[in-house]
Amino acid sequence: MLNQTNSETVISTEDLKVYFKDGRIKALDGVTAEIKKGEVVVVIGPSGSGKSTFLRSLNMLEYPTSGKIIFDGTDLTAEKINIDEHRQRMGMVFQHFNLFPHMTILSNMTLAPVKLKKLSEADAKAKAHELLTRVGLDDRADAYPSQLSGGQKQRVAIVRALEMEPEVMLFDEPTSALDPEMVGEVLDVMKELAKAGMTMVVVTHEMGFAREVADRVLFMADGKLVEEGTPEQIFGNPQSPRLQDFLSKVL
Amino acid sequence: MEKFMADFQQTFIDSNRWKALLSGLGVTLEITFLALILGVVLGVLVAVIRSSHDQLEIQHKKNGVLSVLNAICKVYLTIIRGTPVMVQLLIMYFVILATSTNTVLVATLTFGINSGAYVAEIIRSGIMSVDKGQSEAGRSLGLSYVQTMSNIVIPQAIKNILPALGNEFIALLKETSIVNIIGMKDITKWAMNVQGRTYQAFMPFLGIAAIYLVLVLGLSKLVSIMERRLNPDVESDKQRNRDKH
Repeated sequence: MLNQTNSETVISTEDLKVYFKDGRIKALDGVTAEIKKGEVVVVIGPSGSGKSTFLRSLNMLEYPTSGKIIFDGTDLTAEKINIDEHRQRMGMVFQHFNLFPHMTILSNMTLAPVKLKKLSEADAKAKAHELLTRVGLDDRADAYPSQLSGGQKQRVAIVRALEMEPEVMLFDEPTSALDPEMVGEVLDVMKELAKAGMTMVVVTHEMGFAREVADRVLFMADGKLVEEGTPEQIFGNPQSPRLQDFLSKVL
Repeated sequence: MEKFMADFQQTFIDSNRWKALLSGLGVTLEITFLALILGVVLGVLVAVIRSSHDQLEIQHKKNGVLSVLNAICKVYLTIIRGTPVMVQLLIMYFVILATSTNTVLVATLTFGINSGAYVAEIIRSGIMSVDKGQSEAGRSLGLSYVQTMSNIVIPQAIKNILPALGNEFIALLKETSIVNIIGMKDITKWAMNVQGRTYQAFMPFLGIAAIYLVLVLGLSKLVSIMERRLNPDVESDKQRNRDKH
């Protein structure tokens, strides 16, 4: 490991563009940003602003039309890259949980580390129980996803990603599909993760979470990064009219 | 009733006709079974080629070999699904394999190739029916395309396609009743022979109808058993409901 100061960049993007339908839809239109180690970056913006596309392109779930994504010194958009190796070091949590419905909670968690020979079966299970205990769900280890509530599913999805011991966690609107009373339990898990020093990129509509937890907030609109700064700057002293307009609608 | 018993005796017992019926049943089952295996192998192959090609298209990538294979698969699907199986059987027997006297081979190839086209599209639609988020979740954990397919997508796809696949197997079994046009002695041919000899139509034809029906019911039962095996979550849901009451 190189020197691990707080300013070490984990992921950066350079003029990242993602076009759909032969360029008629510019989901991402030249975004340059960086995520530093241990940082919690919250991405906000109106729907259709490209914030989810930005997050999903960080681990190449969305294929960039042009531009670069540098993860830990490697350009992920390069031709001959084994993307799977890099994805193992980036956890991702989805809006719709995406737990595997045909497997128990425990198997959901142990599948990847065992298949990828990262952990032995026994170690993977032990680790899964430990993580489930941390989010208060160890008693549901043998249940199937269909038997869990939305909030429980999302907590499982978070620890499933953590089981791979990622260096970065990407959250794609993790609370948007939840009933209001379940939002809190998921945000609590994320707050704890942030406190423990995890590098996180979070796309969310939860402005309270952004204010409380974020080190930095990115505001996106029309596929572009319009403004970025600390929560105090973004929420207290927004500069661009686009952001002022957005905040007046959501706050 | 006495007439019924006499007809029964004449159709099934006299001149050891039951022996010919059993061998006819053997032919029907043999062709069905061999064609089923060939159909599944071909179907999986074509479905994998087509799905992989679609997958690459999403990534804006191109693979020359895969594009050619995909084009071949498309032609195969169009021709096989666009022409009657009886015509395909005649072409196979009189044109493509005109030099072969092995009718089992001709029938197996024809029905296998025919069934493969339907199985391919059933499997492909099954793969597509699995939510995209499932493969994204698998890939985001670092699993490869093949690992994601085999551990996450295919197990769920099989659950979705099993009823349709069962129907295809049933259709295949029933379609083999046309093999007598290339001179094979399956149970349909047996009934036609018996009718020709005894001038009895009721007993032999209703007899084989009953045999087909029993075979189809057996096959359906088998499929529904497999379906239940593959649905652990449904099973445990039932268990949970039972616990509640």
